[in-house]
Amino acid sequence: MPIGFLVNRLVLAIPTLFGVSVVVFVLLRVVPGDPIAMMIPPGAGQEDIDRLRVLYGLDRSIPEQYGIWLGQALTGDFGTSISLRSDVLGLVLQRLPATLELAALALLIAGALATGLAVLGTASRGRWPEAVVDGVTGTVQAIPDFVWGLLFILALGVLMPVLPISGRFDPRIEIDFATGFYLIESLARFDLDTAAMLLRHAILPAVALALPLTAVLARLLKSSLSEAMTQDYVQVAKVRGFGPGRLIVREAMRNALIPTVALSSVQVTFLIGGTVLVERIFSYPGIGNMAIGAVINRDLPLIQGLVLTFAVLFIAINLVADLTYAALNPRVRRG
Amino acid sequence: MSLDPVLAVEDLWVELGPLDLLRGVSLSVAAGQVAGLVGESGAGKSMIGRSILGLLPTGARVSQGSIRFRGRELVGLPIRAHRDLLGRGMTLIPQDPMTSLNPVHRIGRHMLDVLRLRMGLDRTTARTRALALLDEVHIRDPEAVLMRYPHELSGGMRQRVLIAMAFACEPALIVADEPTTALDVTVQRQILRLIKELQVHHGTAILFVTHDLGVVAKICDTVTVLHSGRVLEQGPVADALGAPQHAYTQALLAATPRYDRPADTLHPVPAPLTEALRVEATALRRGG
Repeated sequence: MPIGFLVNRLVLAIPTLFGVSVVVFVLLRVVPGDPIAMMIPPGAGQEDIDRLRVLYGLDRSIPEQYGIWLGQALTGDFGTSISLRSDVLGLVLQRLPATLELAALALLIAGALATGLAVLGTASRGRWPEAVVDGVTGTVQAIPDFVWGLLFILALGVLMPVLPISGRFDPRIEIDFATGFYLIESLARFDLDTAAMLLRHAILPAVALALPLTAVLARLLKSSLSEAMTQDYVQVAKVRGFGPGRLIVREAMRNALIPTVALSSVQVTFLIGGTVLVERIFSYPGIGNMAIGAVINRDLPLIQGLVLTFAVLFIAINLVADLTYAALNPRVRRG
Repeated sequence: MSLDPVLAVEDLWVELGPLDLLRGVSLSVAAGQVAGLVGESGAGKSMIGRSILGLLPTGARVSQGSIRFRGRELVGLPIRAHRDLLGRGMTLIPQDPMTSLNPVHRIGRHMLDVLRLRMGLDRTTARTRALALLDEVHIRDPEAVLMRYPHELSGGMRQRVLIAMAFACEPALIVADEPTTALDVTVQRQILRLIKELQVHHGTAILFVTHDLGVVAKICDTVTVLHSGRVLEQGPVADALGAPQHAYTQALLAATPRYDRPADTLHPVPAPLTEALRVEATALRRGG
């Protein structure tokens, strides 16, 4: 199944990306805000402005502009950033690994916490720990990621400064990396000091991103687990003398993960979206932070490139979720 | 009976809130015997099985009486001690084979888990034993079946697997909770015959819960007729079904289809009778 399925999904991704690019392109050009006005020095004349408009092609019609952009994009040229005066693709690829590492760390934290909470809540059904789990997840879910970020900065960066609250690494340390995936690279090299330093920088934004997702995942998984625990096969396993821990972990968990994975792909895309504000708050050098800069500067080519990057990430997340779903569920898998 | 019964239920009362689900039920299952438990839906048949296996639904509890399993009192037994009896001491053949196997585990995983974790066998021995058990329930090509997922097997095959698993730990008592109800009529017979065959071979005592007197006549040694949570008739199958004392048993028999009798001679159990029995049952009070 996987090969045919993958090809199918990749083919379907093309119209999606095309649609996204059209919508973003048109939207950016009809909303108020002039990129030229952002770059000219005070006192520049109308002549200069007109010259810049021609230079950036902004004097042409929107379909014409899109045609030019698309033609270049298909050859791998996504244009030049107006504010950073550099190749968009290069800029995005340089920042993307930081965001991917942050999101992966957040996802890992959310997955681990959610599983623990869901198992605890299910195992203590009807007793006080369950009420605590429900209360905690309800509260945590109600607070958005960037508010957690601000709270962490205030508590752990200012009032009780124990963790760094800005950037991806300590600027006083000189490090050379072959790739943009600093954390993964340092772990692969067993350079644990560097990995620990990177983790100390990433942990607060990662936890801020992870908490709302944790709450949603924990609730999804707990209700799926409770549902699975009432199924006949769990009752029958119980009659074979298996204890409650085993029933949850070995009998119910994988069945409960199936609907949870199916429903959580949307939640994970929210996490990616959350990087925009959280990276900004923690001055973390990823594409989310870059996106805010691009919007402030009306950097049309860069915004366009970043939105497409987010679209590719969302498609990838859904693909991974579908593959995981198939791997977990033997009924949709074919030998 | 001179032999100590495997299971002896005495004056069992089970309540769910203000409702009495069982009202003073007594029954016993002797070693190597099949005891039928008959009644219509809601009579409390399954509740007896659940009380014995310690699987009463939340809110339901034994309010009076005793359940002795091989001389050991189960009422009031701590959950953990009761759990230790499950599998090796007593187990269940479930009603619906379609939902009773874990859909994400292969048949092999189901069987090896039981044999390794409950019987303490090592991997190789457990595998050999699993193959022997599948062979015993007349599954062809047991090697291949071990690799299958439940959804790749028919209902009859799944019930065979569940029967094999019930007998895997050589329990003294099996509660068979309507094990053929969810199956095709043609498969029902094979499964009944299979359960009887294994029961005789292993010398296991079975509490066979059913609503079908025909099934009772085929495989049970004794029968208990239940209505509204109390016993109406009890005894060896030949007596209880041959010369039933209670009007309800007679009515049930008249309502049971038989191959030697035209269908138009069937009579439903008269509603006034069941209503009278229900009123009578609700009037029962627990003794001291």
